[in-house]
Amino acid sequence: MKTKGFWVVVKHGTANYNLPNRRISLETRIFPELSDDQGDQGSSTPRQLQAGVLLAKRYAIQEVIGIGGMGSVYRARDMHFPNVTKLVAVKEMINTAPDPLVRETIVQNFEREANLLATLHHPSIPRIFDYFSLESRSYLVLEFIHGKDMETIINEANGFLPEHQILSWAIELCDVLEYLHSHKPDPIIFRDMKPSNVMINSNGDVMLVDFGIAKVFQSGIKGTMIGTEGYSPPEQYRGEATPAADIYALGATIHHALTRRDPRLEPPFSFAERPMRRINPAVSAELETVVNMALEYAPESRFRSAADMKQALVTVARKTGALVRLAAGPQTGPVGVGGIKPLWSFKCEDEIRGTPSIFQGSLYIGCYDNNLYSLNAADGKFQWKYPADGGIVSRPALFDGNIYVGSEDKRLHVVSARSGKVVWTYYTDGPIRSSPRIAEGHVFIGSDDRHLHAVNLNTGRMVWRFEAADPIRSTPFVQNELVYVGCETGDYYAVDFRGDLKWRFRAKRAVTSSTVGTPQALFFSSVDGTLYALDPRNGWVIWRFRLGKASISTPCLVDDMVFVGAADGFIYAVEIKTSKEVWRFRTEHQVNGSPVVFKDSLYCGSVDGNLYCLEYRTGRLRWKFGTEGPITGTPLVYDDIVYIGSTDHKVYALLA
Amino acid sequence: MDKFFRWLFGNKKSPATNTQDTANTAPLSEQQIQAIVNNQNPRYDLQQLVSGCGQSVGKQRELNEDSLLALTTTMAGNSGNLPFGLYIVADGMGGHQFGEVASNAAIRTVAGYVLRKFHPYLFQVKTDTMDESFQEIMQTAVGEAQRAIQREAPGSGTTLTAALVVGQQITVAHVGDSRAYFVFPDGRIEPITRDHSLVKRLEELGHITPEEAANYPHRNVLYRALGQGEILDPDIFTVGFPQPGYLMICSDGLWGVVAEQDLVRSIVDAPNLQRACQNLVSAANAAGGPDNISVILVQLIG
Repeated sequence: MKTKGFWVVVKHGTANYNLPNRRISLETRIFPELSDDQGDQGSSTPRQLQAGVLLAKRYAIQEVIGIGGMGSVYRARDMHFPNVTKLVAVKEMINTAPDPLVRETIVQNFEREANLLATLHHPSIPRIFDYFSLESRSYLVLEFIHGKDMETIINEANGFLPEHQILSWAIELCDVLEYLHSHKPDPIIFRDMKPSNVMINSNGDVMLVDFGIAKVFQSGIKGTMIGTEGYSPPEQYRGEATPAADIYALGATIHHALTRRDPRLEPPFSFAERPMRRINPAVSAELETVVNMALEYAPESRFRSAADMKQALVTVARKTGALVRLAAGPQTGPVGVGGIKPLWSFKCEDEIRGTPSIFQGSLYIGCYDNNLYSLNAADGKFQWKYPADGGIVSRPALFDGNIYVGSEDKRLHVVSARSGKVVWTYYTDGPIRSSPRIAEGHVFIGSDDRHLHAVNLNTGRMVWRFEAADPIRSTPFVQNELVYVGCETGDYYAVDFRGDLKWRFRAKRAVTSSTVGTPQALFFSSVDGTLYALDPRNGWVIWRFRLGKASISTPCLVDDMVFVGAADGFIYAVEIKTSKEVWRFRTEHQVNGSPVVFKDSLYCGSVDGNLYCLEYRTGRLRWKFGTEGPITGTPLVYDDIVYIGSTDHKVYALLA
Repeated sequence: MDKFFRWLFGNKKSPATNTQDTANTAPLSEQQIQAIVNNQNPRYDLQQLVSGCGQSVGKQRELNEDSLLALTTTMAGNSGNLPFGLYIVADGMGGHQFGEVASNAAIRTVAGYVLRKFHPYLFQVKTDTMDESFQEIMQTAVGEAQRAIQREAPGSGTTLTAALVVGQQITVAHVGDSRAYFVFPDGRIEPITRDHSLVKRLEELGHITPEEAANYPHRNVLYRALGQGEILDPDIFTVGFPQPGYLMICSDGLWGVVAEQDLVRSIVDAPNLQRACQNLVSAANAAGGPDNISVILVQLIG
């Protein structure tokens, strides 16, 4: 088993960006075998880069956003995108090792770690854009996260944070830990889970930061302890790092968040002496049980995996009503085949053809009655509606507390998620059926006016627009600084952030399906009855898979498979590597919406009016739920609830 | 020559063993040191393929029935840079049935077909991207090779492991028991093809253990080969080029006689790919050289 860090061990330098005063207390806790350590921690931090400095002819330093053990973290602007304010986080490592061989090794380790990080793809892990070394300093360029770290949130809160909030963050953290722990060929152990390493972004989702690169740069004294005292489990002090260690530290993190007692200021392994409920009576007994299990002294007594812990947390959430929707009593509405009852349903005034989005407990969905609705995701209660002047078929996007949605009234509408009040609107010259894609400070959206529009998020002004051959109804996909979008002639474009064409591909008929992709391949379907896999860098076709008929369904990627629906009524599962069909499932009518996979189930609507739940590895039917009209949208699954809109004017919430 | 090989091989091996013995007391493990050493390669501004090849008739056969083909192209300029390569190993079957003709026909036909397909897009000004996919081209190429063998040497057969590299994508077409591997500088080696051999199938089904497989009497029996049978179902798949790492394609004259870890060592210890291939061939011959040996090593740098 390979762990994520190195053999370098130091205690005192543990990065703690927000509480420099506490760092001093930590520095006194030096392990005996490390006491000959000789860093420069006694002196003041070495020269920081000043605002305005242009690093590597590319990154314009704006300000220091953190101080770490081996250097600073800066916010910088990437000047390779002159038309776009692309912010990045630049992490600096100052290498002060006197021995050239050690110094070289440190740089190599740093690059190796950066390379490993570059292979990770998870919504809760910041992306790495670049790394380089300049003289004695090395730099890592990462995705800039708009948000605050959890420790700051804990410290700034008046009183205790609500349990349901911590629960939902903890569930997301289990998710990312499970991703790291199941990394192939070797699991990655994060080893430093604690509130200051968890950022909460502007969408309220967690991001795991500080993958220990800073620690690589501690002087190379042998030893093994990496982590943060107080959060790390007993065995980590002996140099063992296993998934169970991360589970312990997550338990410690939840404990800290709900009790506001910083474990770094308490004796090690003393959580049992300060039960959560004695400090914060609002914590449920169920959650306390889960946290206690995560904090068991013996690794084998803890949860066996992050997935198990997540399951336990979800169960707590159900019991305690953090997911009140699960506790709701019997509801009215159609009963699905196999006795599936919706948790709730909500009726609009016209057909729902689009897909919902969820944000902080609210569900947002557009409707042909021209309104964007905000519903309480827990019980389906109406919160507000925002009227456009045309039908809304696209999926709302969320960013920084605002909802972005296109309408057939030719406009992109930006509405406050909380109040439903308009923030700004942006006019195109044609109806909008494409969904907005938000990336790098911009919203990208296609329109029937035959243009791909790039609009500045803050000003609502157009930055550029790219002319396509025909209306763009697919949703732009952004990856590695390129925007990918298909149009109704079948032309498919890769456009860079300046709005210049990078390459073009032509399918035989319209590309209405949106793209999903990995750095290795892009996937989309076409009305020409083909599912395509293209090389994202140059548009060469890796493979084509023949569907029975036309398709406008956006593919869904999970593990080594891609799923897509087609007008022949089938849902297809195709192996990505070989383009071989794994299974196909027949519905009674066209499949125009997209499949979605959650845990081991695939959810997909059909024009036959049913929402299907299939075992995603085999395509076996688990259940189906009948609505009273064709389903053309895509389901949304969140926290074990499936939300789906139907042309019977209703949106349904079902237990996943 | 023989002496030279032995000298080369023997000389390589002993220092490596010593390093391992002292590894216990070093703060870095053998693999970590290796990774550091390998990471010290300079960075290249231009992304390009580099390759090396090795071939030997071996020490017990008179006839070389293996064929190999390696084509490495770099085209770079203002309009971008597209590494393009084609690497094929074919191991002909059965001494009296013109195995060498079959393997030769296989590499010629596949390469000819693939190059004709790509020619207009690579060497003429075509603005459109090709709509036929990598996998379809390889599929058809293998079908063409099947027909060519049945025409030129009826009754004979060959293995075929062909890797088409375009940009960072490797599309592999594979029939038989030659193998493609990914080799990583940290010492990992990972076969990316699956042998179409009886012994491998029995092992996959759990009828025999890997140890039994190593000594199985009918190790040469293939259940799928190019030129044989009516319907041919090659394995075709696309994977990303390992970076850092190597693509290795070889016949069973190499992988069947040299242990995986020795393969890796021969590669990562060598100063360049040509020498690495030479080391691999020498290693197989030093182990008795019971069969023809063919190997291609490819690296995508930059």
